[in-house]
Amino acid sequence: MFKKTLHISTSPHLTKGIGTDDIMRNVVWAMLPVALYSVWSFGLGALVVLATSTTACVLTEHFLAKISKKESTISDWSAAITGLLLGLTLPPGFPMWMAFLGGVVSIALGKFVFGGLGYNVFNPALVGRAFLQAAFPVAITTWHPVYAPDRFTTVPSATFTAPFMEPSTVDAFSGATPLSAFKFDHVVTNSYDLALGLIPGSTGETCAALILLGGLYLIARNMMNWRIPASILLTVFLLSGALYLANKEAYPSPDFMLFSGGLMLGAVFMATDMVGSPVMPAAVWLYGALIGVLVVVIRIWGGLPEGVMYAILLGNAVAPHLDNLIRPRVYGTVKTAKKS
Amino acid sequence: MSQLTKDKTGEGFWGNLANSPSTNEFLKGLWKENPVFVQVLGMCPTLAVTNTAMNGLAMGLATTFVLLMSNILVSSLRNVIPKQVRIASYILIIATFVTMTDYAIQAISVDLSKALGAFISLIVVNCLILGRAEAFASKNTVGKSMLDALGMGFGFVIGLLSLGAVREILGNGSIFGIPVFPASFQEWVIMILPPGGFFTLAMWLMFFNHRKQKKAAL
Repeated sequence: MFKKTLHISTSPHLTKGIGTDDIMRNVVWAMLPVALYSVWSFGLGALVVLATSTTACVLTEHFLAKISKKESTISDWSAAITGLLLGLTLPPGFPMWMAFLGGVVSIALGKFVFGGLGYNVFNPALVGRAFLQAAFPVAITTWHPVYAPDRFTTVPSATFTAPFMEPSTVDAFSGATPLSAFKFDHVVTNSYDLALGLIPGSTGETCAALILLGGLYLIARNMMNWRIPASILLTVFLLSGALYLANKEAYPSPDFMLFSGGLMLGAVFMATDMVGSPVMPAAVWLYGALIGVLVVVIRIWGGLPEGVMYAILLGNAVAPHLDNLIRPRVYGTVKTAKKS
Repeated sequence: MSQLTKDKTGEGFWGNLANSPSTNEFLKGLWKENPVFVQVLGMCPTLAVTNTAMNGLAMGLATTFVLLMSNILVSSLRNVIPKQVRIASYILIIATFVTMTDYAIQAISVDLSKALGAFISLIVVNCLILGRAEAFASKNTVGKSMLDALGMGFGFVIGLLSLGAVREILGNGSIFGIPVFPASFQEWVIMILPPGGFFTLAMWLMFFNHRKQKKAAL
């Protein structure tokens, strides 16, 4: 039945907006294929790492909210995302207690001391990973082979190391990731293997295609700033392409640079953290370009094989200043006037 | 010390001692005005040499000695030093005792001297010592200045020791060189690196501020 009544109401006329939890839930959906593929390719070792880091983050968030007498914020999914992201950056077979510690550090030092979601300067998952990298440099660079035949029946022996004890490395994989292979032995890995994830590496960084798929989903739902991954990947492609053209012997090809290491994961899921990235489009392009340049510089001239983590953390640090830098002049003010 | 603080309103010897102003001069440095956790002074040695408990203790004791001697001398010369050149004079006095300490540590233990490195010489510019000379010793009697220096010095030792202990236990699995974990302990490399110093100091400051706020709320 059609009611012939005219409803008159004042603005706003929107009945439902997109809340934090809507966006965060969609980010989880977007990351799910990546996580599932990592479990498929690395087996139980990856599953345990992902589950541990996610549990640690959610528990820490809940516990810290309780002791600071605030309402628990685990229902907005942001802690789960941090945990999942942290797990995706860790190698499969990473000791459980270290993954748990990383989750606690991510939430406590990366987010909660700044005041919780929306106030953190840095991407919490990367804070946790940076801590783990500095604290346990050996464990975090111990890799496991991809598609091992017994991956669904046995767990790597390092996984269940007792807390505070040194993980055993008996069944660890002595081979290197494509990036370290290139850096230290100058071996180039086939780009198709890189794009499809047929390589050893951290749990979530191997399959570039699935990461891009998740990113496209979020961009299509308007829940991610497409300029961030676009500017990072474009900068890396152009800069490494120029280097490659200058000297094909010494520098890796741009497609190798794009698809290897954590670049895809970082560009799509980490650098796009809404809190840690700038707002204005021009600032976003600058932010992405800065991260891209830093990635190439650290990978090619730095001491580490991979520099995406530090590049994004540095990008987070300058993000608020970039917004200030390109802020348009208020009409009528003098150009040289300083902000009080 | 715990007995002293408990007997604040008591009578007799302990009560008199606890209530006397000179006891207060000593105790304030240990807790209420702790140089590390409350005044946040002398952060350079606090962060740089506390990677083991032993280094923290040695640094704290060296600073206490310099603080005590310079406070005594500054206080006894407080009516002689002209106001215009007081900072230069204080630095000269402090530098004298730092040089003595430096040689003494070299004579006692070469390893310790190597571990502490330039930070012993840098006691000269430790703002805790200059701060006490300027803010306290130049205005108070020798006796009071001595108590103040001892209190502040031991407060500094407490601060450095609590940082050094945490960093050594997590970063090396031992305390004062004695292992506290089984041999297969996984060291947290970050704790003996500079970031570990910042993290540990921040944790302790958070802990003490949290306690202070709780106390104030009651």
